[in-house]
Amino acid sequence: MESFACDVLVVGGGGAGLRAAIAVAETHPRLRVAVLSKVYPMRSHTVSAEGGAAAVIKPGDSLDEHAYDTISGGDWMCDQDAVEAFVREAPGEMLRLEHWGCPWSREPDGHVAVRPFGGMKVQRTWFAADKTGFHMLHTLFQTTLKYDGIHRYDEWFVTRLLVDEGRCQGVVAIELATGRIEAITAKAVILCTGGCGKVFPFTTNANIKNGDGMALAYRAGAPLKDMEFVQYHPTGLPFTGILITEAARAEGGWLLNKDGYRYLQDYDLGKPEPRPVLRSMELGPRDRLSQAFVKEQEKGRTLEGPYGHYVHLDIRHLGEKLIDRKLPFVRELCLRYVGIDPVKEMIPVRPVVHYMMGGISTDIHGATPLPGLYAAGEAACVSINGANRLGSNSLTEVLVFGARAGQAAASFAAEQGGPSASIAAQALDERRRLEERLLRKTGGRERIATVRAEMHEVMEESAGIYRTGPALEKAAERLQRLQERSEDVSLDDHSLTFNTELTAALELSYMLDVARTIVQSALERRESRGSHQRTDFPKRDDEGFLRHSLAYRAEDGAPRIEYLPVTITRWPPGQRVYGR
Amino acid sequence: MPTTVALAVARYRPEAESEPTFQTYEVPFRKDWVVLDALNHIKDNLDGSLSFRWSCRMGVCGSCGMKVNGTPKLTCAAFLADYPSGPVRVEPLDYFPIIRDLVVDLTDFMHKLKKVKPWIIRKEDKPTAEGEYLQTPDQLDAYKQFSMCINCMLCYSACPIFGLEPSFVGPAAIALAQRYNNDSRDQGARERLEILSMKDGIWECTFVGECTKVCPKHVDPAGAIQQYKLAGAVHWVKSLLLPWGAR
Repeated sequence: MESFACDVLVVGGGGAGLRAAIAVAETHPRLRVAVLSKVYPMRSHTVSAEGGAAAVIKPGDSLDEHAYDTISGGDWMCDQDAVEAFVREAPGEMLRLEHWGCPWSREPDGHVAVRPFGGMKVQRTWFAADKTGFHMLHTLFQTTLKYDGIHRYDEWFVTRLLVDEGRCQGVVAIELATGRIEAITAKAVILCTGGCGKVFPFTTNANIKNGDGMALAYRAGAPLKDMEFVQYHPTGLPFTGILITEAARAEGGWLLNKDGYRYLQDYDLGKPEPRPVLRSMELGPRDRLSQAFVKEQEKGRTLEGPYGHYVHLDIRHLGEKLIDRKLPFVRELCLRYVGIDPVKEMIPVRPVVHYMMGGISTDIHGATPLPGLYAAGEAACVSINGANRLGSNSLTEVLVFGARAGQAAASFAAEQGGPSASIAAQALDERRRLEERLLRKTGGRERIATVRAEMHEVMEESAGIYRTGPALEKAAERLQRLQERSEDVSLDDHSLTFNTELTAALELSYMLDVARTIVQSALERRESRGSHQRTDFPKRDDEGFLRHSLAYRAEDGAPRIEYLPVTITRWPPGQRVYGR
Repeated sequence: MPTTVALAVARYRPEAESEPTFQTYEVPFRKDWVVLDALNHIKDNLDGSLSFRWSCRMGVCGSCGMKVNGTPKLTCAAFLADYPSGPVRVEPLDYFPIIRDLVVDLTDFMHKLKKVKPWIIRKEDKPTAEGEYLQTPDQLDAYKQFSMCINCMLCYSACPIFGLEPSFVGPAAIALAQRYNNDSRDQGARERLEILSMKDGIWECTFVGECTKVCPKHVDPAGAIQQYKLAGAVHWVKSLLLPWGAR
């Protein structure tokens, strides 16, 4: 078995992974750094982010205001030391990206422009029209090309982490084009594999977002933190789940029920004003807006279409000129996928799974409890997002914590020796597993799509916007059975060349592990906080649950939940107040 | 409205076949389905061995470019409703080596991308503590269009020059070079011009303009190449008149 060696291996080539790789190349130019991704880096899901990236830059704003908005937005589940580091380093990271060529939208005098965003009390969201993630990703990717020291493994798929002597020493991965299965050893590994929205049926997330890194870390013994906190974005297009950016509301869009009424005023989110008001109404936080939709539906005040209930997002009053300048992608997406022109018609929208607040537990340097293993971006949970992430914090997060993880992993790697002796044997075992259990196996009775569809059903029924104990308990059992059944999947495709059925089977197994942690963490959190709403425990319970959940994989494959205190520095738990 | 439609899909399994063949599948005809949805229906329900790339399903990741009834398209943006009579012919993009089924090899493009130096080049960078480089909305507009490329490869598949001469740098890479040349923060135009004036650079292009026609993001690579040629010609004349290297 061939084996490649590098010093720092970054898994995932989205915003966090590319920023981490540059950080390694800049701080430790003599280290060999590699970016391995199952897709070409510019395909990564960062590309789909639309609205913007938050960082304090304008007079009248302050780091403390950004921190407070983030912490209250997260319903006090954020680690405040992490938030303080985040808001402090955010402006520098954003400026660095400006220097690297990111085409930020500008004010007439040439300064970077900012826009309002949900849950933010001051305008601080930098944007590149409504394709911010796309431009950030391409800027980062193109910038990495100038570093000859950054090696890439494009379209390689990681199947396990190599761990020995208590530290992570690399991965086993499949090169998709050839099917060869190799060990890639590293002195430090950084997981930047994004979230896991695809465990749900209706999501803004791309096909590639299967929680790969989360499951890999979890199987290697690292805990997943706060997995019960799943963000529903209030404005997705029915059927496709395509995101209509929060920027549409930030620029002045209204959410209307079937009577044309701005229903958010009934949910303690403020009074309707013709112009957008910060931290109010349509610029409230995503969890509250998605919950309001469900209540509105229960009252029979939503509309009904072929793909379920929906409300209207109305941006017609913004005018064609502003829409084309600041929201061109919204118009493009509506025209193509709904067949309506938002300049003249209202956009049908409904809440849609968008983002995982939870993820691989890390400290503020991106280090997991497993030495040599780091994580950043949506795959990780530092946590700055707490129980509900504010829109436009995640694009900034990938920069700040991507850079931090890169630096920390590089420093760690610089101190390590080569791989330990048993690593090669472990890699061989893994290759044998893949061949026997998947590539050569015949006669299995399950299809990937069937098991996946049932997982989707379980997740939607039990782990949606409102949850109950009995439904979660049932879901936990069903997921366990699905996981057993998934062992009996066999493939139509036994080819070694670009076998996407093989990767789909592995992705399904990752998603089932991750789904179980979401359900178990949600079951054991007997309170309601942020995006986690239990109808059987409707109140926030700081006494019992102002603490992070940590899901560990037990011997039998079930998640075991432990808890970790939340770090509070300067903002004691308080009430979340919007619109007043 | 028909209830099903036939998809004739190009198959190529290098371990078993010496050249591509077509396989036909009957899929539900749904007006809100795109060709990619039909491919996923096949993969999930009919034949798990069909290989293709896809990810965002919203026209921005650039993964799912294929030929649909002979035209390069993003399959996530090509609606079945536009091909009601069927069969819908789905093939890999032209002019690239085929790895498997609908998956083509992008290795060559990735080298070309790097070759045009698509990053900000400056004699000196200022520290971030000194703030941003000012750039007015007009200066942004000077390159914005060329920055919209999603690297979907449709333009290469439509470019007859690239078809004849695979070493041609090609539309997307040239547009990207021009994106940086036109950026007021960049000082690397000359370096890039030297690369693109070499054989296989801009002079190969004969202005067929197919690249611009198929671009799903309205990047207008043909326009970028035209701008480049003008700059190249001016540079060449200047180098004759002012041989000591003034710009």
